[in-house]
Amino acid sequence: MSKTHVTATINGEAAEFLCETQQTMLDVLRDVVGLTGSKEGCASGDCGACSILVDGTLVCSCLMLGVEAEGTSITTIEGIAQGDHLHPIQQKFLEHAALQCGFCTPGLIVATKALLDENPNPTETEARYWLAGNLCRCTGYDKVIRAVMDAAAVMRGETV
Amino acid sequence: MTSLSYAAPTSVDAAVKLLAGASGLAKVLSGGTDLLIQMRAGRFKPELIVDTKKIPGVIGIREENGAFVVGGGTPGAVVEAHAGMTKAWPGVVEALDLIGSTQVQGRCSLAGNLCNASPAADSVPALYAAGAIAVVVGSNGRREVPVESIPTGPGRTSLAKDEFILEFKFPARPARSSDAYLRFIPRTEMDIAVVGCGISVTLDANGVCTAARCSLGAVAPTVLLVKEMADVLIGHKLDADTLAKLDAAAQAAAKPISDKRGTAEYRKKISGVLARRVAQIAFDRASGKATGKTH
Ligand code: FES
Ligand code: FES
Repeated sequence: MSKTHVTATINGEAAEFLCETQQTMLDVLRDVVGLTGSKEGCASGDCGACSILVDGTLVCSCLMLGVEAEGTSITTIEGIAQGDHLHPIQQKFLEHAALQCGFCTPGLIVATKALLDENPNPTETEARYWLAGNLCRCTGYDKVIRAVMDAAAVMRGETV
Repeated sequence: MTSLSYAAPTSVDAAVKLLAGASGLAKVLSGGTDLLIQMRAGRFKPELIVDTKKIPGVIGIREENGAFVVGGGTPGAVVEAHAGMTKAWPGVVEALDLIGSTQVQGRCSLAGNLCNASPAADSVPALYAAGAIAVVVGSNGRREVPVESIPTGPGRTSLAKDEFILEFKFPARPARSSDAYLRFIPRTEMDIAVVGCGISVTLDANGVCTAARCSLGAVAPTVLLVKEMADVLIGHKLDADTLAKLDAAAQAAAKPISDKRGTAEYRKKISGVLARRVAQIAFDRASGKATGKTH
């Protein structure tokens, strides 16, 4: 079976990979590139555990083909921390205990990053609607939303 | 297993040649939010995927003398961020915005939603009500057809093997015109319509409706354009009598089935209720525009 050669930028670094047409971007990240932070909860666009940014746009990597990544810039959960320093969103998820099993967490953090890049000062309602496509079976969402609102405040430079 | 190939042509001609030349099943890819799920579920086994997103015109919005041309593959999030479309066609924009999550909005498109041909597709009733024109390209050139001629049944369209939708045209709006879309779901987000309703109207200076198009979703094998609903509105203000007649016309037009989302009887009733609510929003928007006041 012939594979397609794809060149993209992943988490700020040039990347090349070979993939089959039917492989999703999530398959490619996990099985070819070796970035297993993005999770597969459903493979049908319902749970958001596979969320990534493609040229800054939040998408489900399970609903994108690996071959479509050609020429794009991709950010995964592995690209969120700044070196050894956790991103404020990650820090606030820890502080607020906004995760239990953690399976939804990479997707939630990437989706939150996309929200705060676009809207640094969301209302709680806006945050809840934005994150409606990220399912969590553990936290009940309240702690997640508290972490998101708190992270937003920190990123705006407010002391909280 | 036969191997699946992928092409991302950069011109309409190249895309049409690929589609026409495929010996097995070829599928057109826009956002992929339906296609990838269906492939994974084994609903069909294409031998070729033609990604249209690199073709000029497929992604993007342009305004031409008050008319809007929206590329068939333009993601929902891009349409919703467009001030001109939001002002002229709030119903189309709110309907598109109801498809899936933020993640899905980053990819889902009008062409994909229309060609997936689900009777419950959210943007489709709004497209029908808007009188949008689909610009279809294929081996025989280019044809412009009303959107309601595209879906022919659940999952089926009138497009030939070598055809796809390049873009949609939304006509320039007369004064005091607007549209609206509502769907009924048992929750607030992330669900599939039990019933959907789109209405687009033009009013005169006295608030009398001079033109209307009305549609219902999820109550028949395809989305329905319902002339009887429009006939009830045209020539009238939206008073209690008109609303009652609209409700009855919607219920009469709905030919739903019973399934896990609701019984046929319930869907009929909801069709009437939604029609009233949607008409009210469309009339309020249209008249608000004319007077510059909110109603
Ligand atoms: S794995 Fe992609 S949305 Fe669930
Ligand atoms: S922490 Fe377990 S699914 Fe969210």
